[in-house]
Amino acid sequence: MSDHTADRLRGLVAAFLRTHDPGGDRVGFLRARFDAGLAWVHYPAGLGGLAAPPHLQPVVDAAFAEAGAPDNRPRRNSIGLGMAAPTLLRHGTDAQCRRWLRPLWTGEEVWCQLFSEPDAGSDLAGLRTRAARDGDDWVVDGQKVWTSMAHEARWAILLARTDPAVPKHHGITYFVCDMTTPGVQVRPLRQLTGEAEFNEVFLTGVRVPDTQRVGAEGQGWQVARTTLMNERVAIGGRPLPREGGMVGLVARLWRERPELRTAGLHEEILHSWVRAEAARLAALRLRQLVAAGQPGPEGSAVKLSFAELNQRISGLEVELLGAQGLRHDDWAMRRPTEPDLLGRTATYRYLRARGNSIEGGTSEILRTVIAERVLGLPAEPRVDR
Amino acid sequence: MTDLLYGADEEALRDSVRALLAAHAPWQRTLARLDGDEPYDAALWTRLVDQLGVTGLAVPAEHGGAGAGFREVAVVLEELGRAVAPVPFLGAAVATRTLLACGDTELLGQLATGERTVALAVGLSTAPPPDPDPTVTAEPGSALPGVVARVAEVGSAPVLHGVVDGVADALCCDVLLVPAGDGLYAVDTGGPGVRMTPVVSLDATRPLVDVGLTGAPARPIAAGAAASRAVSAALTTGAALLASEQVGLAQWCLDTTVAHVRARHQFGRPVGSFQAVKHRLADLWVEVTQARAVARHAADRLAAGDPEAPLAAALAQAYCGPVAVRAAEVCVQLHGGLGFTWEHPAHLYLKRAKSGAIAFGTADRHRATLARLVDLPAPAGRR
Repeated sequence: MSDHTADRLRGLVAAFLRTHDPGGDRVGFLRARFDAGLAWVHYPAGLGGLAAPPHLQPVVDAAFAEAGAPDNRPRRNSIGLGMAAPTLLRHGTDAQCRRWLRPLWTGEEVWCQLFSEPDAGSDLAGLRTRAARDGDDWVVDGQKVWTSMAHEARWAILLARTDPAVPKHHGITYFVCDMTTPGVQVRPLRQLTGEAEFNEVFLTGVRVPDTQRVGAEGQGWQVARTTLMNERVAIGGRPLPREGGMVGLVARLWRERPELRTAGLHEEILHSWVRAEAARLAALRLRQLVAAGQPGPEGSAVKLSFAELNQRISGLEVELLGAQGLRHDDWAMRRPTEPDLLGRTATYRYLRARGNSIEGGTSEILRTVIAERVLGLPAEPRVDR
Repeated sequence: MTDLLYGADEEALRDSVRALLAAHAPWQRTLARLDGDEPYDAALWTRLVDQLGVTGLAVPAEHGGAGAGFREVAVVLEELGRAVAPVPFLGAAVATRTLLACGDTELLGQLATGERTVALAVGLSTAPPPDPDPTVTAEPGSALPGVVARVAEVGSAPVLHGVVDGVADALCCDVLLVPAGDGLYAVDTGGPGVRMTPVVSLDATRPLVDVGLTGAPARPIAAGAAASRAVSAALTTGAALLASEQVGLAQWCLDTTVAHVRARHQFGRPVGSFQAVKHRLADLWVEVTQARAVARHAADRLAAGDPEAPLAAALAQAYCGPVAVRAAEVCVQLHGGLGFTWEHPAHLYLKRAKSGAIAFGTADRHRATLARLVDLPAPAGRR
């Protein structure tokens, strides 16, 4: 580890760029970058990394960006990069990592997540999708919901019940499902904004080879916890400049439209500005902690507060706009790969932000998680364990 | 870029301060002091100064200090807030900044070594001026915050007249730095014409005094724009550093409350297993986590001499003051009846937090300052 320095990595990038044209074939370039260990440098050698400390990744990314190299379009594959990959690395076999990580990182294969079900949301461990063993395969039947990117994904991380006879957390197994398998049906799930970022996925007699099981049979809940922890970090971990989020939009509006200003909304915008800046600095501190090798539990705080801020600020923006706040851009059914939070009308932001405290763990569940895992408070008595 | 973490030296300093406070300033002793007539703990102050050199941290080595900086001062304040320790350290830090700005190296050296205790004679509730760079002094004294005294002359030597109400960390000080007229003056508290009247203070662990000056001999240490800048910088420093004290205080309230609700049983289960209690504490933890980042940012920008330090200080007081109050209020509430007693220390923290929310300007004043600094102006016709 100690032989990895920022200078050395910059040197490796420079050497790589001498033999690989960043303006040439995009996928070929990305594959070669992966093979050179310069994809995610903290991953092991042979799997796209150099076993370097994670805080050197931004150095490498910056060096490639400076050279005008193509990136792997990370936002298009956030489930794959943010959740599937760390889970495979931690719990997958060597063969699984070798098969899946490279095309995952290059973006050639997009991933989605088949976790939530109509009757298993916050109580995810109550999921009912069944996987029954049949020879070398498992046969999966059930329904999943809130699956972003299912319509573009090649692979899915899948939780299914393999033993209904044991307490619910112990009967779950973690699989990787090929989304092109017969019996996988994807239908858009239209949301209150009019568009469909998410899907319902129906699984009918879907055969999943046992070689695509991740972790031991019945250990799926433990494996999934890695994924969910990474999800909260993935959602909350982006660095922002001051006024970089929604607060910037409403601040600009305030500056440009003095006729909209009222005393009450002035109080509200200042409160929101202060809270947004505090949340931004806390997220920055979390990044600095992670970079210094002291990852803390602050990730859950970041997700919780950004959800509340987005809702509060987008609500303020609609109200500030007054008559104009009554006008929406359109209700057309679209299939965006990610919400266009900054490019559409304030009404869209207001509506879309309602999902922020529901997706990726509701704010209520997050508070319970913080209370129990961070503060060490005792769990409520439960009837389902 | 702003460094929001604690360095190894800072952690070591924290450990030393915490150990000293644990040994010599348990809350029982601070509580007992409330019924005595010596609100400050002079013995504790002597230990902090002599053993740990806290008053020299932000003073350059060539003036007798440790040559560290305000990041380290902030770490000490976190620990003092955690212990609601009755020592005049915040006032000393504000005085340090004043003297650094004035270039009064002799007094600075005496302050650093603990030979003399110095305080800036402005009311504790005085906010930094909303315009942080008053380079233009339109009329004498107008740009100098906290001025209530006037200057006269006896022979050719200046003397001060006036009353400065509600000054913190001045009760036992040797020298007051008094803004008067359009200048800043040093006044020996042991000299003639100085009357110090203790106030029955909301926060008895940071007792206030009303200072009366009747022809008190004074030595000018800065005048005009230099004096304005010194006082502005000092008040900004107070606002920024107070945030670290508030973070320490809030963290104590959170930790103590969590320990209590884990141990306390009602209805056959720990009180802390009820969701209504858990969620309140989870929200408080989020706020304390963010307050730490905000306070660290303010200390770091202050230490760096960043022109944005006034913005960071205003943000710190707009955010951390209310968080500390909420932490102390939650602490009282979730301790139930116990939290309402005199014998439990929660009220020490509540009183420190509430008085801290007014010290160096309320959150509302700091939001008004932010409105100017980040260009979010009030509607026409309003402030």
